[in-house]
Amino acid sequence: MFIRSLRNAALSAAVLALAGCDGGVLDPKGQVGVDEKSLIIISTVLMLLVVIPVIVMTLYFAWKYREGREHEIYAPKWAHSTKIEATVWLIPVVIVVILGVITWRSTHSLDPYKPLEHERDPLTVEVVSLNWKWLFIYPEQGIAAVNELVIPTNVPVNFKITSESTMNSFFIPQLGSQIYSMAGMETKLHLIANEPGTFEGFSANYSGAGFSGMHFETKAVDEAVFERWASDMKQGHPTLDSTRYADLAKPSEDHPVEYFSAVSDGLFHQIMFKYMQHYNTWNKAPVHQEMEHGATGMHPTMHHGKAEE
Amino acid sequence: MNLLGNLSWEAIPYHEPIIMGTLAVVGIAGILIAIAITRAKQWDTLWFDWITSVDHKRLGVMYILLALIMLIRGFSDAIMMRTQLAMATNGAAGYLPPEHYDQIFTAHGVIMIMFMAMPFMIGLMNIVLPLQIGARDVAFPFMNNLSFWLSAGGAVLINISLGLGEFAKTGWLAYPPLSELSFSPGVGVDYYIWALQISGVGTLLTGVNFLVTVFKMRAPGMKLMDMPIFTWTCTWANVLIVASFPILTAVLGLLTLDRYLDFHFFTNDLGGNAMMYINLFWAWGHPEVYILMLPAFGIFSEVISTFTGKRLFGYTSMVWASGAISILGFIVWLHHFFTMGSSANVNAFFGIMTMIIAVPTGVKLFNWLFTMYRGRLRMTVPVLWTLGFMVTFTIGGMTGVLLAVPGADYVLHNSLFLIAHFHNTIIGGAVFGYLAGFAFWFSKAMGFHLNERIGKASFWCWQIGFYMAFMPLYVLGFLGMTRRLNHTDNPDWNIWLYIACAGAFVILVGIVLQFVQLYLAFRNREQNRDLTGDPWNGHTLEWSTASPPQFYNFAVLPQVDDIDAFTDMKEKGTAYQRPAKYAPIHMPKNTAAGILIASAATAFGFAAVWHITWLAVASLVAAVVFLLQRAYVSNVDYYVQPDEIARIEYAHLRHVNPAPAHHQATPAKRRKKAAEESIEEVSA
Amino acid sequence: MTAIAHVHQGANTAPDHHHHDTSENTIFGFWLYLMTDCLLFASVFATYAVLFMNTAGGVSGRDIFELDYVAIETAALLFSSITYGFAMIAAHRQNKGATLGWLLVTFAFGAVFIGMEVNEFHHLIAEGNGPSRSAFLSSFFALVGMHGLHVTAGLIWMAVMMIEVVKRGLGRQTITRLSCLSLFWHFLDIVWVCVFTVVYLMGVL
Repeated sequence: MFIRSLRNAALSAAVLALAGCDGGVLDPKGQVGVDEKSLIIISTVLMLLVVIPVIVMTLYFAWKYREGREHEIYAPKWAHSTKIEATVWLIPVVIVVILGVITWRSTHSLDPYKPLEHERDPLTVEVVSLNWKWLFIYPEQGIAAVNELVIPTNVPVNFKITSESTMNSFFIPQLGSQIYSMAGMETKLHLIANEPGTFEGFSANYSGAGFSGMHFETKAVDEAVFERWASDMKQGHPTLDSTRYADLAKPSEDHPVEYFSAVSDGLFHQIMFKYMQHYNTWNKAPVHQEMEHGATGMHPTMHHGKAEE
Repeated sequence: MNLLGNLSWEAIPYHEPIIMGTLAVVGIAGILIAIAITRAKQWDTLWFDWITSVDHKRLGVMYILLALIMLIRGFSDAIMMRTQLAMATNGAAGYLPPEHYDQIFTAHGVIMIMFMAMPFMIGLMNIVLPLQIGARDVAFPFMNNLSFWLSAGGAVLINISLGLGEFAKTGWLAYPPLSELSFSPGVGVDYYIWALQISGVGTLLTGVNFLVTVFKMRAPGMKLMDMPIFTWTCTWANVLIVASFPILTAVLGLLTLDRYLDFHFFTNDLGGNAMMYINLFWAWGHPEVYILMLPAFGIFSEVISTFTGKRLFGYTSMVWASGAISILGFIVWLHHFFTMGSSANVNAFFGIMTMIIAVPTGVKLFNWLFTMYRGRLRMTVPVLWTLGFMVTFTIGGMTGVLLAVPGADYVLHNSLFLIAHFHNTIIGGAVFGYLAGFAFWFSKAMGFHLNERIGKASFWCWQIGFYMAFMPLYVLGFLGMTRRLNHTDNPDWNIWLYIACAGAFVILVGIVLQFVQLYLAFRNREQNRDLTGDPWNGHTLEWSTASPPQFYNFAVLPQVDDIDAFTDMKEKGTAYQRPAKYAPIHMPKNTAAGILIASAATAFGFAAVWHITWLAVASLVAAVVFLLQRAYVSNVDYYVQPDEIARIEYAHLRHVNPAPAHHQATPAKRRKKAAEESIEEVSA
Repeated sequence: MTAIAHVHQGANTAPDHHHHDTSENTIFGFWLYLMTDCLLFASVFATYAVLFMNTAGGVSGRDIFELDYVAIETAALLFSSITYGFAMIAAHRQNKGATLGWLLVTFAFGAVFIGMEVNEFHHLIAEGNGPSRSAFLSSFFALVGMHGLHVTAGLIWMAVMMIEVVKRGLGRQTITRLSCLSLFWHFLDIVWVCVFTVVYLMGVL
């Protein structure tokens, strides 16, 4: 496929230039991030095909046709050429068509809501942004942590994300995509770490005074290590119930890492449902039972991931 | 009832030495200026000839003055942010606590977009557009004055927030729920709302005003496709203003209801939906970007075609490319939040739509290139800005298209890469354009030239400073640094933050040089008079007037047969004609109604910020009374009599000497002859 | 539309080129203003469409809308548009008395509309269904209230115009202003038809 071959060419050209990067988007440690990096490189190279000639021509024309070079042709009334005009419309159109195809395909393959294709069953982590810290709940393990995310390598992770208060963006640059966290809704993100390591994660959407301190370490560890960590977590730490959560929800800055050995059932849904119960109740009796997670918004597709699963 | 609402002495930030220092400087400067005006006995001039003026040229000058003042304010914010980030590395706190820093980046964004770029653009449009279409003023001169004072009123409110209370700590987008009362209980967001709302109404009126002007008041013979390209791009921008600012008005109104009357549009609870705000905001916000850009594109077109001594290449393409950009600008807003969880189809659609904008933009670049081709490019200050733009903006456009690829945006969104990108386009595009226009039309508006050498020095400082300040931000974006951080703790980032800070200081030198250039121009204005009114051998009608133009613009409305109307006249020898007899000219009188209504609106905004009920009611009533009063005064216009016109015209025609250009021997002779005759006429 | 649309010959020497154009410019400018107002309403309509389902467990449209009542309100506004049309015909015929009479009738219909709307709002708020109750009610009050504010502004403008007609008669400027108000008034009628359909009719379905 042409994207593949383009990618190889582009990658080899760009590797040298970007070799110095340590951390960040260009030093990905997971498949999603790797794909996004090559997408960035391919698109950039494609655009440079037009950008460099334009810049060179600008400087060259300005120099060649500057005042005082009387030997150059001067054509003050020349203002139209169908050939040139057709060409200058055509060149950007061609580039944009190619980029458009790449965009359409990559947007679908990199859709944050799309579960990753992998032979392993995914790990689910529920993420809550609070003022100003991150809460990670592991529903399958029944444990939780604040401002520290531990995940196994080579296992896809399904993040379900919501917010207690303001809008944040859940982002671990070295693993790939980010997605907003919003109160009363669930957004989804699928990532994987292919190498062990510690990767910086943070909120990428400003959310108030303590925003700068709203970061966490993502520790990608071997699966065995993860299992051991999870079972160790089961004791020695407090339980995260609704009272404890209410405490946690109070604004705090540069919150230290905290662990919880147990989490009360359905805490994540309670957090989300607190606001979601106000949605979509037209001509319905006041709701008590838990409803579909779809919020009525501009985006009926916002929760399409759910439907596809 | 509390007469001062929520206002109290505690609203003054005594504990902030930076703010108190700024206030002291501003206060002293204000007093000094007032003393200077009093000494020079200029209060009358200021009031009767400027503040109450309905002359589009003077309003344009005042708009640009406002823009320059707000540039100082907005740039001070910028340099404070850059120094903060250069100092607050490795976990250090820096000198600006979040409390203050968060207001600064919000104010920086709001001021630079709404109170620097917009007034600069509208100011240039005011000065040039009516002249380019051969009109004597805009369609509604009084409304034009009102628009200016509403914009100024918004600027005043935002500056009051510096000394009374606080400004928003939400970022310039004021996304809810952060901007809701529950998370932002202070007056900051209220200042934001009312400053934007009041100036937004002014901008909306400007849009309506200039559309009517363009469609109804063109000189005889000027078809739409004969309009100068700057007029065309401004027209597209005005279409965008008229089509997008109501959305801003609406969305700010809804946020106001949420904050003041406990409505639930964007709150977390009771069914509010913050995504609605974000969509509506960008439905205005993205067209707004093109409102800033399109007139700049027009300026570059005028500059290139004037200084290459050529016609603009591909005029028709340029007009329709601008139109395409305007229309596409309305269907790309979602690319500002690809990461909100829309489906792949939606994201891909908006991504591709965004890329398509690169096509007409690319066409424009190529057309500028081919305008230079086989020309005789004079390396003047406006040309330097234009060349700087063509190189810089191309890079900004490329990074923009990259951000339009949703898969790339998932990792670059909200990072410093984004910050670098939009500064790359707004500074490299809009601001360079305005500064090109400033240098290009300065002598036209003021009657004397700027200092070319210092202008060039300023350009180089801007150009170099820009690359130093913003290229590192691209790198930082790739390194994973997100925007609006107050301090950082990553040794890999430090060097880039230092370079960016140094770059900001180089830009500072560029700005200082702009002001030095202005000062020198004023000081040496007698030596640098532009007597002909056509210093660059211009193509379009504004150059056929004196510098500064006669207050009625054209003694005789010009007959237009060509896109480059004035070049056409010069070639046919019909420029600078003197009719046998001048007809009286109908002109509007100056009026204080504009500043009175706008002051009342500003007072209302202030009252609303502080919940001062009586003042809100009183100022609203006052605004209506002033408006009615204006509607029912009969004495709003007058006629300029032929003998006065003749006197003014002959005084100008006397100076019109042969232009240096080689291909104009015949018209030049005619001009000379006409000038001699006029002298006879005057002495006789 | 107006009797004063002069065809100017485009001659350079026309002494008061501006003067003849002003009425035409004003009407065109007012059309443009109405387009912006239309977009303002469109934004709030969009907001209503997004939020009307979110009743937060409170009342929905079916619980609170009384179609009969709103139908009378609607009729009042529709009639006022017709009577304004009669006022304009009379104005163009320079019939001062009839113009004033029809303006007065229009004003009365408009006042009935506003009175009924205020009454409806008052009842809703008194029953605890004010705009603070839910996003649905917020957007309902904002949309209908914004239209109501426009009508109120129109009424004030109309009162001013009646005084102007009494004092100055039906000069060219006055007719231009009456024409603008006419556009405004019919525009509000059209907006109300949309409000009635989208909010009330579809609300009870």
